[in-house]
Amino acid sequence: MTELKPQATGKTTAGIRQAVGEFAGDIGALNLKEAFFGYVAKVRRGDPGALPALLGVIVLLVVFSTTSPRFFTVGNLANLPSQAGGYILLAMGLVFVLLLGEIDLSAGTASGVCAAAMALGLNHNGNLYNVLKGGTFGVYLAAMVFALGIAVWQRLWPAAIAVGAGTIILAGGFASNQPTALLLAVCTGTAIGVVTGFLVAKVGIPSFVVTLALFLAWQGVVLKFIGNGGSLPTRQFTAVNALANKNIPPAWSWVMFVVFVGGYGLVTTLRSIRRRRAALSADPLSLVFLRVLALIVGGGLAVYFLNQQRSPNPKLTSVKGTPWVVLLILLLLVALTLLLTKTAYGRHLYAVGGNAEAARRAGIDVARMRLSAFAICSTLAGCAGVAFASKIGGVPADAGSGNTLLYAVGAAVIGGTSLFGGRGRVRDAVLGGLVIALIPNGLGLHPQLGAAYEFVITGLFLLLAAAVDALARRRQAV
Amino acid sequence: MSESPILALRGINKSFGAVHVLRDVDFNVYPGEVMALVGDNGAGKSTLIKCIAGIYPVDSGEFYFAGKQIHIHGPRDAAAYGIEFVYQDLALCDNLDIVQNMFLGRELRTRPLHALDEGTMERRARETLASLSVRTIQSVRQVVSSLSGGQRQTVAIAKAVLWENKVIVLDEPTAALGVAQTKQVLDLVRRLADSGHGVVLISHNMNDVMQVADRITAMYLGRVAAEVSASDVTHAQVVELITAGRSGNLGLQPAEAAQSA
Repeated sequence: MTELKPQATGKTTAGIRQAVGEFAGDIGALNLKEAFFGYVAKVRRGDPGALPALLGVIVLLVVFSTTSPRFFTVGNLANLPSQAGGYILLAMGLVFVLLLGEIDLSAGTASGVCAAAMALGLNHNGNLYNVLKGGTFGVYLAAMVFALGIAVWQRLWPAAIAVGAGTIILAGGFASNQPTALLLAVCTGTAIGVVTGFLVAKVGIPSFVVTLALFLAWQGVVLKFIGNGGSLPTRQFTAVNALANKNIPPAWSWVMFVVFVGGYGLVTTLRSIRRRRAALSADPLSLVFLRVLALIVGGGLAVYFLNQQRSPNPKLTSVKGTPWVVLLILLLLVALTLLLTKTAYGRHLYAVGGNAEAARRAGIDVARMRLSAFAICSTLAGCAGVAFASKIGGVPADAGSGNTLLYAVGAAVIGGTSLFGGRGRVRDAVLGGLVIALIPNGLGLHPQLGAAYEFVITGLFLLLAAAVDALARRRQAV
Repeated sequence: MSESPILALRGINKSFGAVHVLRDVDFNVYPGEVMALVGDNGAGKSTLIKCIAGIYPVDSGEFYFAGKQIHIHGPRDAAAYGIEFVYQDLALCDNLDIVQNMFLGRELRTRPLHALDEGTMERRARETLASLSVRTIQSVRQVVSSLSGGQRQTVAIAKAVLWENKVIVLDEPTAALGVAQTKQVLDLVRRLADSGHGVVLISHNMNDVMQVADRITAMYLGRVAAEVSASDVTHAQVVELITAGRSGNLGLQPAEAAQSA
């Protein structure tokens, strides 16, 4: 067996290559120039990654700032995170389902159900039994118990714990304060996801049909929870309201910036150094530094921008700092990206999306993977429901319906997640969500254009993104 | 030539409903040798392999591994004994790279955090490919969709070799390959045998078989027509065994052959 040992003396590119032996291509690009050409080759081979979304953001920023002087102001752009927040959270969950080549059309209305459950709890001192009356409450509780049973049967322990907690909160009427009400919202999401996943993975109904049916069903459930034409307010509840409407103070915003960007920089730099030293494939240090620098500049500018006073009446109230929803999104981005890239579970998810039969022969329980993906998707839908409620100030009777889900799917696809499965990352949801939210943000400054333009332009962007996806697929098929 | 088989099947019978697909099949795999399993379509080769893999349960018969009787109830059992399979469709995920495919389902994790141990997996993958003297693959971090047919076949074989195993079964490995790639794969098969594995090669291609096999088991309509040394038979005799079940003194007696048909 050949021993692969890099020679310590090999400092030149050629020397290092010679030392590594037969898999010289392994070390990857050795300097910035090679990395750049490697990237260009990768894009041409059919893996454009985040490029279309980034280009989309740049194009929109340029076009809107030239057509309206008010676009590129703190007052306007600082609204973007809270406008995009709900869609980004929804899209993050959808990435998991899209990776398997499935779709969840019910994610939007599911988020409405979760938000309604939370709002009911908060507005009625946790006593949902009183409000919903026996029948509806009974069905809700039974559904939670059913979901708990499925989660335990399939040994999905995180889901089982979440649904179990939700069942206890619901049955015991504990959803009177914000922590438990928020927990109820998220856990109801998990339960919805488990049931959806059961119908798709175990009963075998195609996900399109199941989620379309549930899309309609959940709308009815929200209507039942809220009452015809009404809405449950959430503005008076400080934490819920703060998510989309309040900001992290400027000093703490900088701390958050340092923690996240610094953490990312440290981790990626150490990883590059460690792997190079072990003669494994790694990005060149110069590329890592370039990425971290871009994040420092971009993130730093954003935080500085957001820390400016943007209150229309500074003497009355002070509005500055980063919206709280940004912190939530960053935390979920880190956690979910680690789940997808550093765990066997994430690896298996990509495998099932790429070739389910191969995954099955490798010993992966494909049905269980599908179930778990839907559970994660709807859990995040629950978080999205809270974000939407926060932004609107309450939960309307048509929460989560309409174009919500389509915008979220659009966000994921525009960000680079493939509709055919096997390709996608959580950060796609963030980038795509920004694009999706920029369109109404920019067009809103031209009220004379009306909703027609917003619909058409958003639709065209989604079409463009799907076309890029399809063309990329064609390139990849050798 | 070793005399005692690492894997032996005795009296295997398998029916699917009224169709008696395998009749009293005796099959041997010897360590360090390539056993070619040949037969026409419908002779029972794939069924026999799937019985060994635990995908189908047998109706009767025994399995022996290294002389001791074993029972195979499912795919995990076969893998546990060190019997690896490379199926005709390769079972690779196009969106993952070579390392990820090779360790699919059996990923190595780091001690405290249970995160994926990328470094060790990459190193082991490279060592395995290097041990098979693979020269045409540039990087183990290439996505599998960018590899050619022969390279994919190599990755599928390397995936089987990666783990400690004694027997490797290859189902039509050269079926879809060109001349150069076929040579590459056959060289690999020979090297596998030379390194002590017992290799089963299912193939329709007589040239491949005569080139690389040490012994040949010919099947005819669900029975084993003959198990011979490759050096003792000619190309034409093997073809006769496949198409008629007998060739001169070799093969099934006329009565047996009639019974199968």
